Amino acid sequence: MGYLNSFYLSGPEVELSVAGLILLIVAAFAGQKSAKTVTALAVLALLGAAAFTVNLFTNSAFELGGDVWSGLYRMDAFGSFAKILIYIATIGCLIVAPKFFDAKGAYRPEYPVLMLFGAVGMGLMVSAIDLMTLYIGLELSSLSSYVLASYSRNDGRSAEAGLKYFVLGALASGILLYGMSLVYGFTGSTSYLGIRAALGDGLSTGALFGVVFVLAGLAFKIAAVPFHMWTPDVYEGAPTPVTAFFATAPKVAAVAITMRIALDPFGGNAAAWQQIIIFAALASIVVGALGAIGQQNLKRLLAYSSINNIGFILIGLAVATAAGAGAMLTYLAIYVVMSLGSFVALMMLKDSGGNQLETFGDISGLSSTRPVLAWCLLAIMFSLAGIPPLLGFYGKFVIFQAAVEADMVILAAVGIAASVIGAFYYIKFVKVMFFDEPADVVVADQSKARWIVLALSALIISPLGYLLTPGLDWVTERAASALFFVV
Amino acid sequence: MIQTFAFYLFALLVIASGVFTITARNPVHSVLWLIMAFFNAAGLMVLVGAEFIAMLLVIVYVGAVAVLFLFVVMMLDIDFAEMRAGFIRNFPLGIAIAMVLLAELVLGIGAYQAGALELGVPDGSAAPLADASNITSIGALLYSKYIFLFETAGIILLVAMIGAIVLTHRESPEGARGHQDIGKQNRRRPEEATEMKNPEIGKGIEL
Repeated sequence: MGYLNSFYLSGPEVELSVAGLILLIVAAFAGQKSAKTVTALAVLALLGAAAFTVNLFTNSAFELGGDVWSGLYRMDAFGSFAKILIYIATIGCLIVAPKFFDAKGAYRPEYPVLMLFGAVGMGLMVSAIDLMTLYIGLELSSLSSYVLASYSRNDGRSAEAGLKYFVLGALASGILLYGMSLVYGFTGSTSYLGIRAALGDGLSTGALFGVVFVLAGLAFKIAAVPFHMWTPDVYEGAPTPVTAFFATAPKVAAVAITMRIALDPFGGNAAAWQQIIIFAALASIVVGALGAIGQQNLKRLLAYSSINNIGFILIGLAVATAAGAGAMLTYLAIYVVMSLGSFVALMMLKDSGGNQLETFGDISGLSSTRPVLAWCLLAIMFSLAGIPPLLGFYGKFVIFQAAVEADMVILAAVGIAASVIGAFYYIKFVKVMFFDEPADVVVADQSKARWIVLALSALIISPLGYLLTPGLDWVTERAASALFFVV
Repeated sequence: MIQTFAFYLFALLVIASGVFTITARNPVHSVLWLIMAFFNAAGLMVLVGAEFIAMLLVIVYVGAVAVLFLFVVMMLDIDFAEMRAGFIRNFPLGIAIAMVLLAELVLGIGAYQAGALELGVPDGSAAPLADASNITSIGALLYSKYIFLFETAGIILLVAMIGAIVLTHRESPEGARGHQDIGKQNRRRPEEATEMKNPEIGKGIEL
């Protein structure tokens, strides 16, 4: 296959990179005042990439994989599905950002450019079929994330979040690289195909160490227990639009590569990593639920909620079946919508002095002062808890269904029991927002983009969202079967 | 035989230097131990026949780390008088390390000339290296098979640069000291910038 084909199948990355470079030049020449234009163009570029990916996704010629760039990159239904989610999440985080930074006069055109390059890195990660591509994509997206975390550089907490994320992220990358070098050393190949062939169906001790280190490094990136410590601090310190970004797009990418690497190169040895994933899943659910109880800061609370949700997603991986993988993707799609909605709602909370509010005390009595926002927040929280009429329930349902079908009833039972603990802090929202004395909250003067994102996510998670589930099922099944296609 | 001996010496010293790097209390000492570790890692690379990577390790890592080391020294609050006071006391240690490095150099060259180290039989699907020099083989792969990753690595560097500028560059407001007007700087011509004066002997010039 020639270079032309390579360029065509990796089109989304190529397009976004070129767009990023052009916008960087625009930003350099037009300066600060071009920030809004650059943002609009970046959204346009992401929309274009998403549309192109949809086109590739529906093209059945490439459903099971077009390997290009001499076996470094694979365009398949799985990667395309993850990419579409990533691009949509990035767009959502991008359009709500300008207003937030404008209040402090700190919105600059580099912000959308960094987001674009981050999206390129995430796209590479999910399409990687070689450890080197995976690592380069991971570094590209992480590097942009570190900068974004400390973007409000005059805010001490933001700088702290950036530094923490950077130091711990570098450590995790080191662990991941060490694992990769062990895997490479024991298999003699960095390509997934080669690794799978060389590992066969029995792992030597050295290769097992490699697998464990790789999974530990990835567990850090998805913030699964026991590698979750950085999450609350980084989520709290980073500017809220950036936190929304961290909770959505990079999470999709990290979960997707964890799935691909566990099921493709290490897929022949599922028994070796299943225990690790089961432990991480259950520990994440429990720690996420218990950790959230004592939190006063809403961003920290949502961080624990994301740890909790990652636990549920990992249950789908622990069963190591195509049904489990499909359930993970369904959950992931719903989770992105819920998380985006919750952070946008959080961004809308301001006091009359224009300061951002982010604690429980601040939202007390929100239902009487700002009923629409209060009901939206309530719906999103209940959906995160998985309470039935809302779409969040469907995600948990398919995950548990996959677990039960794979005869992992105990895993499902523990998960369900722990989700009851989780329901506690979501219900705390009801108490605070609907029964406490009103506090000073001003919601006026919001950009339209925020209302659009919030309304869309509220609409999708509402019972109306169940109309989407047949389509979602079809898409995730197609994506998951591409993952299980073995050449 | 000499290769095996050299391997164990280099490997032992890499590990020992690594341990000293993280246990040394003085950051300057840490960096020195790190440089020692890099030298020995370069020695290991020479042993397996990857001379180009060995050179890169010395030039890039030791060179770059030496620069970093200078920054650390400049930014940290270190009492140099106190450090010099220990010169005589630490002199034997310094000489000993220098001797070790010299011995390693001799041993490394000897081992290199005796042929590449064969630690075991190559396993797995890795293709045997073509009979070409290091640089030729890397170049042939880097710009053909791995061009995609090579270009992406370029974007990573670009992002790092954007990040560094975004986080540290502060534009001074117009009129303030330190405000940079690039257009004005570019418009500047030698005729306006300099002025020729011919002062009389015994008299100064008015500025």
